[in-house]
Amino acid sequence: MNKKSPLQIVGGMGILVAQVFREARKPPYYFGLICEQIWSIGVGSLPLVLITALATGSVMALQFGYGVAKFGGKLYVPKVVALTILREMGPVFTSLLVAGRIGSGITSEVASMKISQQLDAMRALGTSPTRRIVTTRIIAALISVPLLTLFSDYVGLLGAMLVCKNELGIHTSFFIAKCIETIRISDFLAGMAKTVVFAFFIALTACWRGLETAGGTEGVGRSTTWTVVTTSIFIMISDFFLTKFLIMTGFQV
Amino acid sequence: MSVVLKVENICKSFGEKKVHQGITFNLHEGEILSLFGGSGSGKSLLLRSIIGLEKPDSGHIYFEDKDIPTLSEEALLDIRKKIGFVFQNGALFDSLTVAGNLAYPLKEHTKDSPQHIQEKINIMLDLVDMRNAADLLPNELSGGMQKRAGLARALMLEPKIILFDEPTAGLDPTNTRRLLDNILRLKETRHITGIFVTHDIPSALAIADSIAILYEGKIAIRDTVANIQASTDPLVGAFLNPEKTK
Ligand SMILES: Nc1ncnc2c1ncn2[C@@H]1O[C@H](COP(=O)(O)OP(=O)(O)O)[C@@H](O)[C@H]1O
Ligand SMILES: [Mg+2]
Repeated sequence: MNKKSPLQIVGGMGILVAQVFREARKPPYYFGLICEQIWSIGVGSLPLVLITALATGSVMALQFGYGVAKFGGKLYVPKVVALTILREMGPVFTSLLVAGRIGSGITSEVASMKISQQLDAMRALGTSPTRRIVTTRIIAALISVPLLTLFSDYVGLLGAMLVCKNELGIHTSFFIAKCIETIRISDFLAGMAKTVVFAFFIALTACWRGLETAGGTEGVGRSTTWTVVTTSIFIMISDFFLTKFLIMTGFQV
Repeated sequence: MSVVLKVENICKSFGEKKVHQGITFNLHEGEILSLFGGSGSGKSLLLRSIIGLEKPDSGHIYFEDKDIPTLSEEALLDIRKKIGFVFQNGALFDSLTVAGNLAYPLKEHTKDSPQHIQEKINIMLDLVDMRNAADLLPNELSGGMQKRAGLARALMLEPKIILFDEPTAGLDPTNTRRLLDNILRLKETRHITGIFVTHDIPSALAIADSIAILYEGKIAIRDTVANIQASTDPLVGAFLNPEKTK
């Protein structure tokens, strides 16, 4: 694809979103394809997400525990770790992993279909690539990423709990009691709300860039890289503003 | 013979580059029109414009009383069921088997039962001599088979018009012959109407009823095969016997 200005990129994605909504008013809805995508996005990413969650949860508890032990703050570890995981680490790490694994997958798949004229063939046979490809992937991402985050939150807390028990001498029942005392449903929902935004953006960007691809096999590679870089940056930057927004609206204190 | 497709004065440029500069012609029912033109003269673009994959800058393309360039993508979906498109390399869906590719248009647009779909697939596979390839994936097929499968898929909805984009390009003589035989068989049994874009003069002469030459963005010549073969026009000569005129 030729070099596009940011305005053209935003405009192009806007047009794609408009098309998705316009076409969503009428069937067909391709439930089978959505399930296939949920399988590949959700279930396929589960091992990676869980391992990452376990590792980050444990490491955070470890670092934090030894760090604050000097000031006698060890008992605050469950509280702080739980909040960090639910509000930030779970949603952001999960989304970044999905951006890398799924964003690149979607872009390269769609781009290959584009350059081998399969998308044209789809249109020529009277079917809509937007409906079959873009809408199904966006819906699948909107369902999968929050669910993945849910698992990631749990496993992250589990990792932290195990480290607290074995390394810091904090009893499991104390850890759980502290978590229950600290965590409010709004912390959990704030994290989930972010993943919905991230999921939508990852699927949309990946599809759009795939559809825009030109220039043979090399173009597919360039597009794939672009998607991972762009969605990762978007996740980090928008995370800051989303957090600020949630705090300002009093949803998260 | 009634006119099924009417192309009127279409123009299309990409930036500075003028590709189509007023293309006009009619396609009649039961006619196979062979379209010649140099590489990059806009033959594929013309076919793509006819099914609405590209929009001309100006001009009209009438099919069933509708002007295709004015239609929305949604309205086009319906038109496209009635116009088959055979892509240069088949453009098969690589995640589906040959049978899956042929079933695709029927599953999308008809309520046929699975048995009925299977029957139609078998008939079509026999027509293109690919019965034993039904369960193969596209990447397991030779180039010639991919093109024939693409042809078969385009025929599944029994379109009124079929557009062929260089179906014989890159094929060896045996496979070319086979594809042409398939098309001739279709012409006899199903009286198909179509536009056949090609570089391959002998193939075109073998199956076409008439010939059009796209030159400098316009249809420079359009006549029956017999008249074209008898023509002394230097442009015709340049296309039919390229080696003699240089
Ligand atoms: N989407 C496009 N963007 C820019 N230029 C294009 C596009 N499609 C076709 N062209 C240009 O239009 C001309 C005609 O292309 P095409 O119809 O593919 O030629 P051919 O007669 O060989 O099939 C080519 O010079 C090509 O560069
Ligand atoms: Mg071409």
